Amino acid sequence: MHEIVQAIILGILTGGVYALMASGQTLIFGIMKVVNLAQGAFVVLGAYLTYTLFVDTGIDPFLSILITTPLMFVVGVALQWALLRPLHSDDVAQLSLLVTFAIALGIEGVLSFTYSTSLVNIQPAYANFSWTVFGYQINMVRFFAFVLSLVVLGALYLILQKTKFGRAVRATVQNPMSAQLLGVDSQRVSAFGFGLGAATAAAAGSVFGMLNAFNPGSHYDLISRLLTVVVLGGLGSIGGSVVAALVMGVAASLVSALASPIWSDFSFFVVLLLVLLLRPQGLFGARTRGAL
Amino acid sequence: MRALLARIGVVRAVIFFLILIIVPIVGGPVWLINTLIFTIMYAALASSWNLVGGYAGYPSLGHAAFFGLGAYAIAITFNKSVDGGYVPFIVLPIVGIGAALISLPIGWVAMRTRADVFAIVTITLLFIAQTLAFNLTGVTGGAQGTSVAVAPFAVDTYDWPFYYGMVVLLAVAMGISVYFRRSKIGLSLSTVRADEEKAHGVGVRVTAVKLIAFSVSAGLVAMVGGVWAYYVGFVYPQFAIDPLITIGMVLMAFLGGRGTLWGPVLGAFIMVPAQQYFAYTFGASELYLVAYAAVFLIIMLFLPRGILPSIADRLRKRRATANAREDIIPAVDVAATEGTGVAQ
Repeated sequence: MHEIVQAIILGILTGGVYALMASGQTLIFGIMKVVNLAQGAFVVLGAYLTYTLFVDTGIDPFLSILITTPLMFVVGVALQWALLRPLHSDDVAQLSLLVTFAIALGIEGVLSFTYSTSLVNIQPAYANFSWTVFGYQINMVRFFAFVLSLVVLGALYLILQKTKFGRAVRATVQNPMSAQLLGVDSQRVSAFGFGLGAATAAAAGSVFGMLNAFNPGSHYDLISRLLTVVVLGGLGSIGGSVVAALVMGVAASLVSALASPIWSDFSFFVVLLLVLLLRPQGLFGARTRGAL
Repeated sequence: MRALLARIGVVRAVIFFLILIIVPIVGGPVWLINTLIFTIMYAALASSWNLVGGYAGYPSLGHAAFFGLGAYAIAITFNKSVDGGYVPFIVLPIVGIGAALISLPIGWVAMRTRADVFAIVTITLLFIAQTLAFNLTGVTGGAQGTSVAVAPFAVDTYDWPFYYGMVVLLAVAMGISVYFRRSKIGLSLSTVRADEEKAHGVGVRVTAVKLIAFSVSAGLVAMVGGVWAYYVGFVYPQFAIDPLITIGMVLMAFLGGRGTLWGPVLGAFIMVPAQQYFAYTFGASELYLVAYAAVFLIIMLFLPRGILPSIADRLRKRRATANAREDIIPAVDVAATEGTGVAQ
């Protein structure tokens, strides 16, 4: 019993970080109808930026988010502007998907070239500190990673609900054509949306780098999990992806504790297949065009 | 006219395969044969991918899973001995049929979804296969990999059986492509690609043709994987089920022109030698990833339909303008004669 509760706590804390990564991905899908296969690579890129800042200048990984997120926002906007916006063809969706795959490969290549492919980990002094609450271990980094994820998700929520840009985004998600007719600059919304997605990935990357050892190839692991989360939550639904991330975090952690860590990855795949067989629109059935 | 075009096509194919057959006999440096084996391998892979990714318009990102399946099937069966050396090639069709059968339920699940989600499902398939290969240590040997017994071929012509094996597979993949294009299957597939719902509405057996394309494609890829495993002699999860293999197939088909017969072959004959050259000059595999990504992006941005369709388009346009110019003169004549006719 103790083991199970411990696994659930761990799962929720990890799930929060996944929620952060997945929210960006599902946001990008909602706006552009593009499955961003580079989201995992953005996370890893964010982790390496944080790693460099930490090793070279000693900036605390949590604080470095203030630098990495704006930077990755700009990177995201630039990538959208340079590589996704110019696509003109009958099957933009297919091409965009492959372009994001190419971006992921490119990032992986550049990172392997700069940092080599050996595993690294961001280890601040407090990395192994944990509290004991009612006999349960709560790792401090994990806890703050979770809190940080909530804060960033809250900020994202505020941006989407309270700002003019957020209104434009929500209008585009619901109906791109009418949004455009009502004067929403869809190109700008797409670019900023992609930037926002990359920024959330960067924020998640900073904490990911403290929780896991990673190398440039880690983005494959991440993307396979993220895809499960966003499909489970319903492509395009941010709320859905947060719930799905928590569910998957707990599920993976339980499988890992009760069976073997090797098979925790597998729980993601099994869930994905079940969702596609039984409820292809995901838990929250986001009404998005072109998804299914 | 059509018969003529068909004859030109046959002549082209015969010349192409004759050259491929002659090259090892004429002889050449080892690196040439080696590069050609991988080039032909990727041509076969891209042609097979093209059956489902090009003709049906379902860009699978998970075909490396079937490549790995075939590779492991051969490696595990012939782990200890390969008898006379040719048995693995004889067994190959069974591997292909087995993989095609295994791919049926997978394709059925995957093809319930469209575009984006299809890509997600198939790329997940790749990760599932890789996870299985790493973790089913009893069967696959896990990260240690598994090896194929060394073939007892003469040193001088050691590469030949693998080379011709790949050539045969390429011929089969292209032959099936031709058959698809000429038969009802190809017609049905192109309706699926254009508008699946309407195709379904007018009575095209959408699910059946999609599954045929998917399983034939998967079976062919598995056979290529089998020859590859036998040739390289060892199978590791990260190389047998590599996202780069998937990307290779997709990239080459896109470069040459997906949905065309020669496009994937052309793509492979451009990309693989270039890749080998890069690997040889720069060494570092990291740069090669970047180069891959760059080529990919350039194709997507500037040549989204591929080389062959773009050329065909340009030729058609030129012919159209030429025809238009010719048309003007007779048109005037007709008007003139008609005019005189009325006057008379």
